[in-house]
Amino acid sequence: MADKSVRSEHLGTIPNLEREFPREFSLELFKRANFSHLFERKVAKAWDKKLFSIPIYLSLGTEYNAAALSLCCKDWRIFGQHRAHSIYLSFGGRPESLRDELLGLPTGCSGGMSGSNAIQGKEIKMYGHSGLMGEQVPIACGAAYASRKPVLTICGDASVEEDYIYPSLGWAATEKLPIVFICEDNDLSILTKVDVRRSWSPAEVAKSMGIHAVDITDDPWLIAHHVQSMSKNLPGFINIRSVRVLWHSGTGIDGTPEWDRYKITNEKLKALGLETEMVRIEAENTEKVNQIWDPVLGER
Amino acid sequence: MSLTVAETIQQLTREHLEERNGLLLGQCVSAVGWIGGTVPDCRGKGIVEIPMTDVAGPAFAVGCALEGRRPIFVVRYQGFMWYNASSLVNYAARSKAVWGVPCPVFIRSIGMEGNGIGHTASSCLHSIFMHPPGLPVAAPMTPKEYREVWDWFTSHDDPIYVSEHRKSFQMNIEMPSQISANSKITILGISAGRLNAIEAVKNLKARGIECDLLHALWLKPFKITDELVNSIKKTGVGLVIDSDFEITGASRSIAYELMHATGCPVHALGLRDDACGVAPRLENITPSPLVIESKILELISGKK
Repeated sequence: MADKSVRSEHLGTIPNLEREFPREFSLELFKRANFSHLFERKVAKAWDKKLFSIPIYLSLGTEYNAAALSLCCKDWRIFGQHRAHSIYLSFGGRPESLRDELLGLPTGCSGGMSGSNAIQGKEIKMYGHSGLMGEQVPIACGAAYASRKPVLTICGDASVEEDYIYPSLGWAATEKLPIVFICEDNDLSILTKVDVRRSWSPAEVAKSMGIHAVDITDDPWLIAHHVQSMSKNLPGFINIRSVRVLWHSGTGIDGTPEWDRYKITNEKLKALGLETEMVRIEAENTEKVNQIWDPVLGER
Repeated sequence: MSLTVAETIQQLTREHLEERNGLLLGQCVSAVGWIGGTVPDCRGKGIVEIPMTDVAGPAFAVGCALEGRRPIFVVRYQGFMWYNASSLVNYAARSKAVWGVPCPVFIRSIGMEGNGIGHTASSCLHSIFMHPPGLPVAAPMTPKEYREVWDWFTSHDDPIYVSEHRKSFQMNIEMPSQISANSKITILGISAGRLNAIEAVKNLKARGIECDLLHALWLKPFKITDELVNSIKKTGVGLVIDSDFEITGASRSIAYELMHATGCPVHALGLRDDACGVAPRLENITPSPLVIESKILELISGKK
């Protein structure tokens, strides 16, 4: 059952798990999440300056989800949906191409055809999304079946309710497809909460089909731990309790986020003794992001 | 002995699966009858029995197409395309235009009618697939036509909607145009409408009324041939006959194009705007030879 009481920043955590990962892993986590964070802040600024003529779905709040997945799923095929800027960036998509896509330029990652909600990156095997929520999941299953190569597919707590999902989980279980299903669960379908919409848990549904499934918070080391663990016996399903910092679309804020994973994780990284490197990395990322965005924002 | 359409489909499919690493996906495709004998018995070599999901199923095929396996996706009744359509139209058909990524799926959408199959499963639905961009639509009825459509698919990287009709499966002959200097009207047939049109034209000829009869294989893009234009200009009136609904359907769309190309009135005759019942008296299926004859007589009497 979907139990609202389990929704917390601590769900499924393993004490001191971050200390079991190599230092390089944690630094790379920060590098990717920090870059996404800085990039998205610039996108938000550009939005507030009304530089976009399209809806923008910012991934602030889930930067570390994307960073963790990108470190565990190297060279995997990726099928996401909207709110995937951090996925694109963490997996190595060209940030300039994403910027240009948001601006509707021919040099965008889809030449201006897909915008924020359907981004793709051929160079990172990230496929576009049609806009039909959840459709990426069965398409990902088809790609996994046809290629027998590992596939990552990401949906949200709303799209996991779509008709596409149940048969996809079933087919993946039956065919033992090499696929990891991620449900990035921010508890909101636009603004309607999960417990208003359903009484069941997608992780329990996946388990009932024989899929190894967990329901956890958005701690990046925890995500990495489970992806690495289940990758030995796919398919797998992870419901990640996440927080959407801003509105469904645009930069509005409804209130204080339930928790701030970006800040929590950065504190943990500092506690690991990585602060000096973090300062250096952030300076480098800031310089890169400024180079990408400041000419557009008129800040240089 | 020439191959039938069913045998042609089976042969092309076998080659695709066994020699070109292709896939065929569908529900119950290896069940009794193997879909009218069109699916080869090479299970384990590319035949994928998918679960009973008309929403996710086509998306499985789309994923296979993105991986270059050029899947054949089989839908046993065209009426089921109402819920099979989403990923084929919104992803496969647009993938190349939006993301520059080809997504070639060969959509076998099988029309049938009569025998009490009712209002959802009955008849063809190719017209709705002519609306969205990126999806060519063909309705082959003969072995040669089917091979032409298949050859097109294998030499392009687009998806294609193939509106099949069960009545074609045992066909082993071609359907050439019938042109006569004394024809009073030009008939253009689509899908099973072609078979009934042949019958109607034959009956009228026995009564001394000549008609030109031509056949449409490609519905989108629709090719306006010199033969078609010359015939309509000669007879002064045309009639397009289809196995799909007439309102906003292929028959009216093509008639519209032909009117602009010829300056002559071109009419449409397809399914009525009624639900199809299961009792024979309540069926709404491809216009019968008698209905076609009646329509032709009405049109040539006033040349309207």
